[in-house]
Amino acid sequence: MDSQIKGVSTGTTILAVTFNGGVIIGSDSRASIGGYYVSSKTINKLIQVHDRIFCCIAGSLADAQAVTKAAKFQISFHSIQMESPPLVKAAASVLKELCYNNKEELQAGFITAGWDRKKGPQVYTVALGGMLLSQPFTIGGSGSTYIYGYADAKYKPDMSKEECLQFATNALALAMGRDNVSGGVAHLVVITEEGVEHVVIPGDKLPKFHNE
Amino acid sequence: MSSIGTGYDLSASTFSPDGRVFQVEYAMKAVENSSTAIGIRCKDGVVFGVEKLVLSKLYEQGSNKRIFNVDRHVGMAVAGLLADARSLSEVAREEASNFRSNYGHNIPLKYLSERVAMYVHAYTLYSAVRPFGCSFIFGSYDQDDGPQLYMVDPSGISFGYWGCAIGKAKQAAKTEIEKLQMKDMTCRELVKEVAKIIYIVHDEVKDKAFELELSWVGEVTNGKHELVPKDIRVEAEKYAKDSLEEEDDSDEDNM
Repeated sequence: MDSQIKGVSTGTTILAVTFNGGVIIGSDSRASIGGYYVSSKTINKLIQVHDRIFCCIAGSLADAQAVTKAAKFQISFHSIQMESPPLVKAAASVLKELCYNNKEELQAGFITAGWDRKKGPQVYTVALGGMLLSQPFTIGGSGSTYIYGYADAKYKPDMSKEECLQFATNALALAMGRDNVSGGVAHLVVITEEGVEHVVIPGDKLPKFHNE
Repeated sequence: MSSIGTGYDLSASTFSPDGRVFQVEYAMKAVENSSTAIGIRCKDGVVFGVEKLVLSKLYEQGSNKRIFNVDRHVGMAVAGLLADARSLSEVAREEASNFRSNYGHNIPLKYLSERVAMYVHAYTLYSAVRPFGCSFIFGSYDQDDGPQLYMVDPSGISFGYWGCAIGKAKQAAKTEIEKLQMKDMTCRELVKEVAKIIYIVHDEVKDKAFELELSWVGEVTNGKHELVPKDIRVEAEKYAKDSLEEEDDSDEDNM
């Protein structure tokens, strides 16, 4: 699990949720060492790998950055060769190949989410060892363990953009409230056919729940 | 259009004074010596037809196939040196397989065709190797992009087509193909026309027996490339033979 990662890790909360017409990908912004020192309060865990495809990272920060850098290049090259924007599935497959082929050395997991012309909004999980799974929504990172109940109970297919933003914000806030290695601000990116919208919610503006 | 390129035709790494690479042109002649293959794209799929000359009565029926499967959704019909074509079909299969492995989905036909064309082109650059002596026609069907048809020739260029023909009767076949309104036809209608064209261009005098190889990929096969089922092929051949007889009869009336 994440607690066994040496060096700077993203004990983290990440999620991606599809809604009617798009997908929202979100994360917290805390990076920690050993689980007791916060090395960054405002780290960006949402990496743009192409115009309408983002991925969020969990695990060893160094590994995740190296993998996403390589993936970004491969996807960009692939898109130029194809003369069309890449499929979200193709981007997720590129990440999966990198994770699976280097599974001995790497300790990083990803959530890839985006929009493409063929299948619309999609979410893919690429787990630590290189498993690739397509889901309507997914949560990840150490903080996700505290919100499985909330996510399973509150997710509905085909939400509106506003409902989905509320769902994602609440989920992140609840996880950041209980997980010591998740915190900072909530980063959310809304991806639709029209474009990409970045929403940042500072810690004090996050929704508060009963005991806060 | 044949000319002797004495002196400038010994290797693919030499240009002639009038700017031609004779070895590549000679490779194309090898394709012209082979029997005809055609591919036609219609509104919901692609149909291939190959005139497979039977050189010996001892051949097993259905052997020496000239239509290959490259991936589930891509078919490839060839003309020219069959051994060259077989090795290139392996190249195409590897390309398609690697693409699927890296990107998780079917290889788009335009990209596959360009990759194979690049490979064929590489063999036209050096004196140590000879160009491939075969042309091929690729076809595929995808729900979103629809039917696609591409042809690659020994010089290493690839073009997209609505209908194309390669081999000894390609001119006659092209004339017949141009008469068709393929954009409005379905695969079932097209299969019969393809069989008819092969029967028309087959030279009864010079080449005796032949086997008709028919395959298709389209909505009718759910995007999978496969040989046309026996009953449809038999029906198509019957239509072809009947149409030829009709034309023969009408010729006699004119006399």
